[in-house]
Amino acid sequence: MTIRDTAPVASGEARTKTRARRAPDAAPRIGALGVFAVLYLAFIYAPVLFIPLFSFNDSTYIAFPLSGFTTEWYVTMSRSDGLVGALTNSIKVATPAAVVSTLLGTLAAKAVTRYRMPGMEAVVSFIMSPLVVPAIIVGVALLIIVNAIGIELSLFTVFLAHLPPCTAFAMWIMISRLEGFDAAIEEASRDLGEGPWMTFWRVTFPLIVPGVVASLLLTFTISFDEYVLASFLGGSEPTLPIYIYSQLRFPWQLPNVLALATILLFASFALVYIAMRFRNRGVQFKTTTGV
Amino acid sequence: MNANAFIAIDDVSKDFGTVRAVDRVAFGIARGEFFSLLGPSGCGKTTLLRMLAGFEFPTEGEIYIDGQAMASEPPENRPVNMVFQSYAIFPHLTVRKNIGYSLRRDRLSRVEFDRKVGRMLELIKLPGYEERKSHELSGGERQRVALARALIRRPKVLLLDEPLGALDKQLREQMQLELRDLQREVGITFVFVTHDQEEALTMSDRIAVMSKGRYLQIDTPTQLYEAPRSREVAAFIGSMNFFDARVEEVADGHARVAAGPLGHLRAATRAKRFSVGETVLAAVRPEKITISSRPPAPSDASGGTNFVKGVLDATAYLGDRSHHYIRLPGVDKPVAVSAQNLNPAEFDVESRKRDVWLNWSSEAVVLLRAT
Repeated sequence: MTIRDTAPVASGEARTKTRARRAPDAAPRIGALGVFAVLYLAFIYAPVLFIPLFSFNDSTYIAFPLSGFTTEWYVTMSRSDGLVGALTNSIKVATPAAVVSTLLGTLAAKAVTRYRMPGMEAVVSFIMSPLVVPAIIVGVALLIIVNAIGIELSLFTVFLAHLPPCTAFAMWIMISRLEGFDAAIEEASRDLGEGPWMTFWRVTFPLIVPGVVASLLLTFTISFDEYVLASFLGGSEPTLPIYIYSQLRFPWQLPNVLALATILLFASFALVYIAMRFRNRGVQFKTTTGV
Repeated sequence: MNANAFIAIDDVSKDFGTVRAVDRVAFGIARGEFFSLLGPSGCGKTTLLRMLAGFEFPTEGEIYIDGQAMASEPPENRPVNMVFQSYAIFPHLTVRKNIGYSLRRDRLSRVEFDRKVGRMLELIKLPGYEERKSHELSGGERQRVALARALIRRPKVLLLDEPLGALDKQLREQMQLELRDLQREVGITFVFVTHDQEEALTMSDRIAVMSKGRYLQIDTPTQLYEAPRSREVAAFIGSMNFFDARVEEVADGHARVAAGPLGHLRAATRAKRFSVGETVLAAVRPEKITISSRPPAPSDASGGTNFVKGVLDATAYLGDRSHHYIRLPGVDKPVAVSAQNLNPAEFDVESRKRDVWLNWSSEAVVLLRAT
């Protein structure tokens, strides 16, 4: 399937798979490749680690040497109305965006994997296109349309703008989930007397639950930290990324932002961990459906 | 033709785009019959089965099961159940819930549900397997669970899509016999799809040999093997030697044909009408030919037996039997002969290039119309 090759997340999945497969024979040798791997990981993750580090630093300046340990920034952060408000706004947008896009993505994936239709490839490419069209162009286009129709900019318009990219990701996850199990299992349910809805409820849904959970977590994250569309369509209600960016103008606010960023960092690690656990459950199912 | 049949397939065609998978097929299947659809892949047998199940709908024609028109009914409304090629055991459910899957609407008490499932587990000889899951079952066990699941509501027809294909040879032969016994026991009409002719011959009451979306012949295993009606059927079921021939004389159930370099052969006509001068194929099964290193005695050379002299070209020793390939003068393809090794084999690799004499009875020759 072409989607696998173009979707950004696909490379992440491919990477974990390759690692899992190569691990047994590659582990004992730490040569040039090992050094490269360590540098590579350091390059990606070391900057991120500065965020929790400085969030506990007793200074408004981001500079070494560290001047002392404090949790003050966490306290002021939680008391900042603007910050808490922006966090609430982001959750208000990301939650429905995750639920609705996962629902739409699941239905689209079911159609793509289970029915023969003319022009299916074109439909799939169309649904996946928000992943390749620059967000700034989409943002401008949506702003023009929203103005033309006369809808006021609000969190609702941000939610609408987040649906297409989130749905694309959801469909991508659910397609690989649905392709992972034998379509004959659904036929067996029909054959044993259950209609399409009961078949979905008794067979399809239990088998795709891990994919649904993974999709909810991923689409939530995507909507949660999306900046460009939210800045065009958010009006006077900033989401968290917008708020954080706006605070960077005020140097004394930076440690608060770091404190928040640290919490978000660990929260997303937790989410990714949970998502992985669900994906592993999925692997177990896959092996059991094979003959 | 099949108005009274239990399953009536009435001029059914199925197109996938521009490809015609099933082409105006019409035949009937009797109640309680073990009926096989046999053919190479792509012959339309699976499509036909899936139309009986309701997973595909005919482009043209109608299917009746026990007098009810089925062609537009979805699978859940049909009195049929299916055993899938992959078994399609629900991986998230236990054996108990797999087998009892179709009982939901019956709203049985737990006790009644377990009693029904338990009875099925006894039938398939897997008592005590209630709480196992699909990945804890062997291939053969999955196959039995799939059978039990399909039979628990006693469908009018059980459809089987190459259910033995994934099993190893020994288990497959055992399951063939068990399946046959099971069918007699439950008395349900079985429609069985396979590409394995031996399997079809072993189990079926009747077999439809299919090719390119149509059936070539529907008959009992014995008739298909002993009296194939066309070259395709003769070649598909078992192996067969073919000789070009021309009818010279027809009299009381026998015909004399001239088979070029083989000379004259006598053949039973088996109620088929041939006219003198007609071009035909004379077909003989390899195991119906006797091979001998001695020329026939003059007294043998009369009556209903055909004699031919040839040169042994190759021999394959298979233990219980040997396959010999004999070149006959003026015949392109070597004649295949299969001989049971009742005594230590008379011919071996060393026997190449020896002169041999073949003979077969006129009953062994099937005359086919050359098309």
